[in-house]
Amino acid sequence: MMTQDVWEVIWLSLQVTTVSVAIGMLAGIPTGTLLGLYSFRGKRIVVALIYTCMGLPPVLVGVVVYLLLSRYGPLGALGLLFTPEAMIIAQVVLVTPILAGLTMSAVQAKERTYWETAKSLGASPVQMMITIVREARGGIWSGVAAAYGRAISEVGAVMLVGGNIEHHTRVMTTAIILETRTGNFTAGLQLGLVLLALSFLFNSFLMAGVLNQMKSRRR
Amino acid sequence: MKTIQSMIALFCLALLLLLAACSSSQPAAAPEQSNPPTAAPAPTPSASEKKEMILATTTSTQDSGLLDALLPVFEQQSGISVKVIAVGTGQAIKLGEEGNADVLLVHSRKAEDEFVEKGFGINAYDVMYNQFYIVGPAEDPAGIKGVQSAKEAMAKIAEKQSPFVSRGDDSGTDKKEKSIWKEAAITPEGSWYISSGQGMGETLQMADEMRAYTLTDEATFLSRKLNLEVLVQGDKSLLNPYGIIQVKSSTKPEEGMQLIRFFTEEQGQKLIGEFGKETYGKGLFVPDAKQR
Repeated sequence: MMTQDVWEVIWLSLQVTTVSVAIGMLAGIPTGTLLGLYSFRGKRIVVALIYTCMGLPPVLVGVVVYLLLSRYGPLGALGLLFTPEAMIIAQVVLVTPILAGLTMSAVQAKERTYWETAKSLGASPVQMMITIVREARGGIWSGVAAAYGRAISEVGAVMLVGGNIEHHTRVMTTAIILETRTGNFTAGLQLGLVLLALSFLFNSFLMAGVLNQMKSRRR
Repeated sequence: MKTIQSMIALFCLALLLLLAACSSSQPAAAPEQSNPPTAAPAPTPSASEKKEMILATTTSTQDSGLLDALLPVFEQQSGISVKVIAVGTGQAIKLGEEGNADVLLVHSRKAEDEFVEKGFGINAYDVMYNQFYIVGPAEDPAGIKGVQSAKEAMAKIAEKQSPFVSRGDDSGTDKKEKSIWKEAAITPEGSWYISSGQGMGETLQMADEMRAYTLTDEATFLSRKLNLEVLVQGDKSLLNPYGIIQVKSSTKPEEGMQLIRFFTEEQGQKLIGEFGKETYGKGLFVPDAKQR
């Protein structure tokens, strides 16, 4: 069962997901921190938007990205449709709101205690932000775990924009669909279990790390 | 592995029982019924009771709407109601072997011949065929437009390494494509050979996006509006013939034969030829009835 093809599929899943979550972190964590710290006109609308986008239907994202990247769409000249890059774009759209939203909640929970202290010690805005992010990292990491879980188990969007091409854009979830449709339920189930195991492993590492840190902090 | 398989089997069994309990109109899913129509030992009580029979066929005839166009006419004329079980060709033939169907309408010549040779079927007729096309972008980078044989066209595509999208999902169309590659003695591989693992519609869409070639059935191609052109058609290996066969162990030879006659004689053939003209501007199936 663990043939080279299967490893290839698993490896691509991990690559696409990791890159997407990394890009999502770069965009989502600073956004979430700013939103958690500062108030401004229209903030409510922005927050409402982010919360809505946390539950974006993946297929909808898939269709929109498809239309954008299509040969007949506005970004067609880039030739990105049916490539791993297209899958990453769709995944980033899906995970960034999750990361921003959960970072915002985590920062808000810590804000009052640390904001004043940092300010009274004469920290610059950037220093203050870094301090707060550090303090809120428990919540932020669970956001990362949630984003990773969402991205690696997502199927609708990657099927549409990736196309499930063998040796090129076939990932675990789309492979499961194909196996099931061709009647190889066993292979589909096996891949599903691998997927479950990976999510579990990743989340446990992450949570174990977070819990350890929290413990050592308290002491 | 064994446990998983048995778990699945158990689950399926439970589902089947549930189905059997819910619907009495599905003879294939309800083996426990007291009198399955095919093996009905009880004689029909009176002539006034409606006669019925079972036609096992492939999903394509059902999904395309062909049967909906033909069967009501037959039922009205003969007073025989036809129950349709639409499954894959392989399964349809299996239904015939087990005596769970009276007539088969399928498209796999090799399997059909075996079915008759083994003594399961009699009165086999050709009924009609539909076509496969090799389609591709108008600029036709491999220069296959006008090439007569599918084999040669595919060989040209492989030689130029022009992108070709394959279904890669073990469907009937996929098997057809693989058989043409085999005929041309080519093992398609490399980055130009794209295995989509998706349905015909998605595969066509992908070919359109990638300016690639692909092999498609006529009905799906005509139902989509894409910037792809039909480049090769009409070659014998691109034809997909359907056969109609009577199951020998059928308890309703009379009714079965009536249905076969309807499909292969003038009126049925005409209906087959006209089917789809309104929607697609041309018929989806070409009638060519003859006894084998």
